[in-house]
Amino acid sequence: MNIHEYQAKQIFQKYGVPTPKGKVAFSVEEAVENAKELGGPIWVVKAQIHAGGRGLGGGVKLAKSLEEVEKLASEILGMTLVTHQTGPEGKLVQKIYIEDGADIQDEFYLGMVLDRAKEMPVMMASTEGGMEIEEVAAKTPEKIIKVAIDPAIGFQAFHARDLAFGLGLPKEQQGTFFKFAKALYDVYMDNDAELIEINPLVRTGKGEFIALDGKMGFDDNALYRHPDIEAMRDESEEDPDEREASQYGLSYVALDGEIGCMVNGAGLAMGTMDTINYMGGTPANFLDVGGTANAETVAKGFEIILKNPNVKAIFVNIFGGIVRCDRIANGILEATKKVNVNVPVVVRLDGTNAAEASEILKNANIENVIPADDLADGAKKAVAAAKGEL
Amino acid sequence: MSILVNKDTKVIVQGFTGKEGTFHAEQCLAYGTNIVGGVTPNKGGQEHLGKPVFNTVKEAVKATGATVSMIFVPPAFVADAVMEAADAGIDLAVIITEGAPVKDMGMAKAYATKNGMKTIGPNCPGIITAEECKIGIMPGMIFKKGNVGLISKSGTLTYEGANQVVKEGYGITTAVGIGGDPIIGLSYKQLLPMFEEDPETEAIVMIGEIGGDLEIQAAKFIKENITKPVVAFIAGQTAPKGKRMGHAGAIVSGSAGTAKEKMDALEAAGVKVVVSPADIGKAVAEVLKK
Repeated sequence: MNIHEYQAKQIFQKYGVPTPKGKVAFSVEEAVENAKELGGPIWVVKAQIHAGGRGLGGGVKLAKSLEEVEKLASEILGMTLVTHQTGPEGKLVQKIYIEDGADIQDEFYLGMVLDRAKEMPVMMASTEGGMEIEEVAAKTPEKIIKVAIDPAIGFQAFHARDLAFGLGLPKEQQGTFFKFAKALYDVYMDNDAELIEINPLVRTGKGEFIALDGKMGFDDNALYRHPDIEAMRDESEEDPDEREASQYGLSYVALDGEIGCMVNGAGLAMGTMDTINYMGGTPANFLDVGGTANAETVAKGFEIILKNPNVKAIFVNIFGGIVRCDRIANGILEATKKVNVNVPVVVRLDGTNAAEASEILKNANIENVIPADDLADGAKKAVAAAKGEL
Repeated sequence: MSILVNKDTKVIVQGFTGKEGTFHAEQCLAYGTNIVGGVTPNKGGQEHLGKPVFNTVKEAVKATGATVSMIFVPPAFVADAVMEAADAGIDLAVIITEGAPVKDMGMAKAYATKNGMKTIGPNCPGIITAEECKIGIMPGMIFKKGNVGLISKSGTLTYEGANQVVKEGYGITTAVGIGGDPIIGLSYKQLLPMFEEDPETEAIVMIGEIGGDLEIQAAKFIKENITKPVVAFIAGQTAPKGKRMGHAGAIVSGSAGTAKEKMDALEAAGVKVVVSPADIGKAVAEVLKK
């Protein structure tokens, strides 16, 4: 789960990670009120959406008067912000953050993420603040300093020294930086974060460090023990179909092809998409019905797949282990009663109770349902059906 | 022969009396797995599925001599269960539970490693030595005995792969579902040499997916150490960047962890890489006939 910049900064402040003063606003009036309260004389008006690159997209602007705050707030609130991370359709800005202007001398990057190879969190710093870290990693990897931190010992002074010397910080700033980095480590560990990015981390003229931006993502599996973070969830930032699917225990990701997929297991679901692609078709979605699929969830799956107007055929590919194929077959029957399944449905059911399942489908004799023998046969038929050749 | 487990392996179940634990322990017993007991705190002294229940893993190990534990406890208690098993001297913990926090697994795995305990999973179908011992949730009937070892991040692709191998007239020595979480126990790099040493295994199937670099590490390892033929499939060639595909670890971050880079690395290591999982069986038949 991801949160907004203003929420990340609330967490930072709780742990003593310095940030500029700021307040979130949902209307232009509120924005001006916030600006008055902060006092100025310079404010930054920042669009709050779950995507990077907001500045380049025109979602972050500097104001030198209250009138300017008002003007910028009315421009940014309600705009559809397009950045390299939003896709061409962009994201609607529904809230803005009004923040004190900062005295910026240098811009650095500081972030934390799990190092999967080392199986421990890693803190990364770079002098190339303000740039996309992926770009820095690709072009000038030597400019990223990484320290893996064993949670058994926690964040130590030597970790901070590795980073501080890597960034070329003078002696008198190392202590301040250590405190900053240690607090950031605590933010990461205490909250089961999956990612923290401060880009840029600013060094002021006085040699202090401030988190000018803040991005945080969390381990979904650990949210049960962080109700305060769960409460920060912004449903308007999530894909409504993905969210609806997850409420039924389905894992769904929309793609831009023509063949809807309903599969059990994430690996087989990806493998099915790959096979469709290999056979000359295009997958319209990733959909894992999970280990406890029943008639209701299968019907829901059809409903979500069919919301996508590009879908010309559906491929149901189930290898029953825990999932019993007869349940899936009944789900398909149920779905055809509830949902208007107006495209061909290719069905491949293998594994536990596959014979019973094929009997159920045969007896039901539903129009549009095309049985398949195995994965290859199913994919081939689905591709042909989508092209209207079946 | 086989790797890690066989018909003599003594297995206990942590989370034995719960709904999942009960259902799957029953299936494992029916398959022939030598389950010697289980652990559920405060139910010690009872009998469940005809086997003794213990309060702690230590008691269970002492009474039964078990060396392997199959873990079905809820996600919030997985780390505790794994560390308890390690502390009690278990050799291998097979963690089936889905949804354990990454931080917990990091801690539990570090402790297990320190105590010399191997782990498989979490969020995995488990391990099966065909027609001898099933420790997990896979449909046992697919796994006919044979000469192919299988390692897979995905549960259902394990079944798909094994089924195709059997349909081609071959069978499985041992199949290991290693799970698709960001932090997992035994992986390709540790399992490949076991299959290399197993005299009955003549070919190895490895099934990977997007995210992380375990498959890249495996490619390097295969190039230098593995002489048996390896067939590989990497799921997620058509997955968009930055989107999590079901498994917590199945995500392409930036330009790293793509299916293509993994496929290229494996191909360069001499592995027979198939583009579709539908071709796993045929590819195995091909490399075995050579």
